[in-house]
Amino acid sequence: MSDTPVACTRPRIAAGHRLQWEAAQDAYVLLYPEGMVRLNPSAAEILKRCDGEHSVAELVAELESAFGQSDLGADVDAFLAAALQRRWIDAS
Amino acid sequence: MPADAQIKPPLWLLAEVSYACPLQCVYCSNPLELGRRADELDTESWLRVLRQARALGAAQLGFSGGEPLVRRDLERLIAEARQLGFYTNLITSAVGMDQARLERLVAAGLDHIQISFQAADRRTSRLIAGTDYFEHKRAMARAVKAAGLPMVLNFVLHRHNIDQLQDMLELSESVGADYVELANTQYYGWGLANRAHLLPSRGQLERARAVTEAFRARVGERMRLYFVVPDYYENRPKPCMAGWGRVFLLVAPDGTALPCHGARQIRSLSFPNVRNASVAEIWYHAPAFNAFRGEDWMPQPCRGCPEREQDFGGCRCQAYQLLGDAALTDPVCDRSPHHQLVLDAVAAAQHSEPPPAPLVYRNPRNARRAAGVTATTATRADG
Ligand code: SF4
Repeated sequence: MSDTPVACTRPRIAAGHRLQWEAAQDAYVLLYPEGMVRLNPSAAEILKRCDGEHSVAELVAELESAFGQSDLGADVDAFLAAALQRRWIDAS
Repeated sequence: MPADAQIKPPLWLLAEVSYACPLQCVYCSNPLELGRRADELDTESWLRVLRQARALGAAQLGFSGGEPLVRRDLERLIAEARQLGFYTNLITSAVGMDQARLERLVAAGLDHIQISFQAADRRTSRLIAGTDYFEHKRAMARAVKAAGLPMVLNFVLHRHNIDQLQDMLELSESVGADYVELANTQYYGWGLANRAHLLPSRGQLERARAVTEAFRARVGERMRLYFVVPDYYENRPKPCMAGWGRVFLLVAPDGTALPCHGARQIRSLSFPNVRNASVAEIWYHAPAFNAFRGEDWMPQPCRGCPEREQDFGGCRCQAYQLLGDAALTDPVCDRSPHHQLVLDAVAAAQHSEPPPAPLVYRNPRNARRAAGVTATTATRADG
């Protein structure tokens, strides 16, 4: 983990974690050692794009155009900060 | 009995693939009777169980035992599980693992390994497990990290090792553990048989908590520590297995399907077997799985208690073991009329002299002897 603000990085799903669609739960889930979280749709849309390729700015732009919304930046930043804190993503 | 629609699918499949284990831990939660290897499910049956459980919605899969590495087909099971979309966890002593086997497990798609340690040194390890693999475990823990897998180290804490907690944490840090579970012994099976030896004193427990806090403050998120207190020291029971038949489905080596490790000892229930029924039939319809779902089964004081949705009345196996009736309130709860039993065990643990009876190791000889002990306990509790 580094001290770089998430916004300056290309986040990716952390090692040992897996994002996957679960039909039985009708939701995306994030799986990790001995546990899982059921994701709400917006969390899933963000995490799907945490592939180590998208910068945070690109990720936000893509979400805004996909969902016809603007001003998603602050929400995405807040989510990514929380995800980093929980070690769901690596940001470097 | 609850209707299908109210029963959610299992999220976890715990596949206890073998009874055999090279260790003989005195706190093993397995039943006192050891099963026979000849009765274990074959590869095809396990593959069928994996497919059926996954189709039902289970997403987490734990391979445990006994020691799962004794199964030569483990790689095959992991590969199938991974392909089905399970997150695969291997819960192992690391005995039976070497670099080549580790590489095969990783190649098969294993997601994560949990290694159990008995202590932070060889001598205590030998006291607990009846045999010593300490150096091997440490070497394998390093190898797991080098292979890039996330790694949980698990220490079962009790009177004989809890004072080494600082050393355990340093050991964990030195091998690069991502998570450390500091789980106090749960008093089932072999653990209950050895309870007088194992239950730590209040002072030990408080020191251990303080050590954990200090270490946590230093390592932060780099190594996460989970400290599980022995429920005997609580006044509310744990929400055991997140509720009976709610999240976990366990399949024992011989195919018996259970809601938890300890349930098999509950003689008033008869548990289904995956040889004779599909996982879906078992999960939704087996009377043993429905026995303690919902609230209709609840006794006083749980019935109407505002906390019943948090702890589900506690642990059915603990009620059975300590009171002889699985449908009573877990006596760990201070609202249980039988809570004194737990207080007495805790009071006894504040003395420092070791109990007169020796430690009972989990091995076939002691399992045969225990058959008699179990019968005595049940008779007394019934009366
Ligand atoms: S009375 Fe039953 S439901 Fe209430 S706190 Fe105790 S165990 Fe839980």
